[in-house]
Amino acid sequence: MDVMDAGIEKIGTDPDTGYTSFRLGSFTFRRDEYFAHITWPRGSHIIEIDRFLRAMVRDIGWGFFYGWIFFDDIFGTTNHYGTVDIFAGSYDRGCKEAGIDLLETFPAETVAHAFETISRDWISEGYDPLNAPLETGSPMGPKGKERTDPLLRAFIAADRMLGLEGDKSVRSDATGHPINRAFADMNFDAPEIVCEPGFEGQLHAINLFEHIARSDVTWNPSISAVTRANICCVTSEEHMLPVIHGNDRNEWFIQLSDEIHWNIADKNTGAPRGRVVMKAGDVCAMPADIRHQGFSPKRSMLMVLENGTPGLETRYASGDLKPYPVDFG
Amino acid sequence: MVYRTHVGTLDSYEKGLIELDDDLQKYAFSNIFEVAGAASPFERVAVVQNLDYVAEVMRVEGDSPWYAAPHDEFALVMDGEVSFNFIKLADGQRPSHEGGAVQLGAKPNGPAMGRVTARRGHQVLLPEGAAYQLVSSKPAVAIIQTVDGPVTIKRWSEICTLR
Repeated sequence: MDVMDAGIEKIGTDPDTGYTSFRLGSFTFRRDEYFAHITWPRGSHIIEIDRFLRAMVRDIGWGFFYGWIFFDDIFGTTNHYGTVDIFAGSYDRGCKEAGIDLLETFPAETVAHAFETISRDWISEGYDPLNAPLETGSPMGPKGKERTDPLLRAFIAADRMLGLEGDKSVRSDATGHPINRAFADMNFDAPEIVCEPGFEGQLHAINLFEHIARSDVTWNPSISAVTRANICCVTSEEHMLPVIHGNDRNEWFIQLSDEIHWNIADKNTGAPRGRVVMKAGDVCAMPADIRHQGFSPKRSMLMVLENGTPGLETRYASGDLKPYPVDFG
Repeated sequence: MVYRTHVGTLDSYEKGLIELDDDLQKYAFSNIFEVAGAASPFERVAVVQNLDYVAEVMRVEGDSPWYAAPHDEFALVMDGEVSFNFIKLADGQRPSHEGGAVQLGAKPNGPAMGRVTARRGHQVLLPEGAAYQLVSSKPAVAIIQTVDGPVTIKRWSEICTLR
């Protein structure tokens, strides 16, 4: 795999909309009032701008996450944990057969810098792609005043467990995270912790549901607890996951509240396999050979369990590990 | 607009659905309240398996045996109220097996560390180096994040939707 050493370049600024166009490697990125336009030497693609920005900002914030992040069926990224592929049509049968697909590999920091540069130019005040659509403005129209606050609110990643002394904080009024409107009907109390003398600080518990209910972002997990390489992520989900995720390993979902509808497709071709509707208490594996996209009619709480063991992606890719997690015997 | 949040309980839950042109075993679709409803108290039934790691569903009803693990575990209470009692283990008492919880033969000797009382939505640290016991006067449900170990029960064919 050749790694490109090109960085993001400005191509020009549209005199009518005010937006800047960019080049990264062989890809160019341009936006108008409604759409992002991506071109490469043998092809071009168009993505609705809200969808594009919601995907791009999350992709950066997640550190490109595990495996494939499809902005839609055509364009996306693949994380190799140090380098990142940007692809167009590489996992779409039509583009592959027409020979118009392109995949280029860059250092991860190059892609992160490029995507943040594009996002910052293309996002104006009043629009936050990490918020649910009902909680933010529209990205459509000509360029407005650029936002000056941070675009990204990345993973809150506990080292051991949220709220432990020296670890990441649990969300609260004091951290600037009020209870979201969609969970205002819930009662949140605190666990009672009684430590015997000499063991103060060694016992710990939090209201995890309250932490999730106070999230000001959607489809943006935080790590709450870690057992060796077993990572417990929790997240609040509303509207639709603005990417299609193709994992490079098996992962698991536990629906903690409400419901999410997941569309499932073949990871390599995008061919539909069906759907899973998860309701409160449901558990479902997402195998390593699929793509999935979630739809949450009401803001819901989801737990995601990931195996963060380094090198797993290589073992799954080589066939050393099966692309599904349970052996029924 | 007023929102109504739906959570499940042992007595009231609605399982979703899985409609796939694929082998449903790959997805191991289950429901924690259904699993707990069919389990005996304190069985630790795997509902998640990620190579060495599992999440176990436990029906908490009465006083559990004492458990310990050679690593941190975490319990998330999903229904009812559960008290967690903790005893500090001396170096010679700490479990030496590879991973997962082990059931102790009796309440271990050692100083009491204290107690945590948790209800739905509360996540509790079960720290390495401590033995723990779960207590609930009424049926309750917890999910335990841990490693596949000596007390992990596998009954995938019984708990998963396969058609």
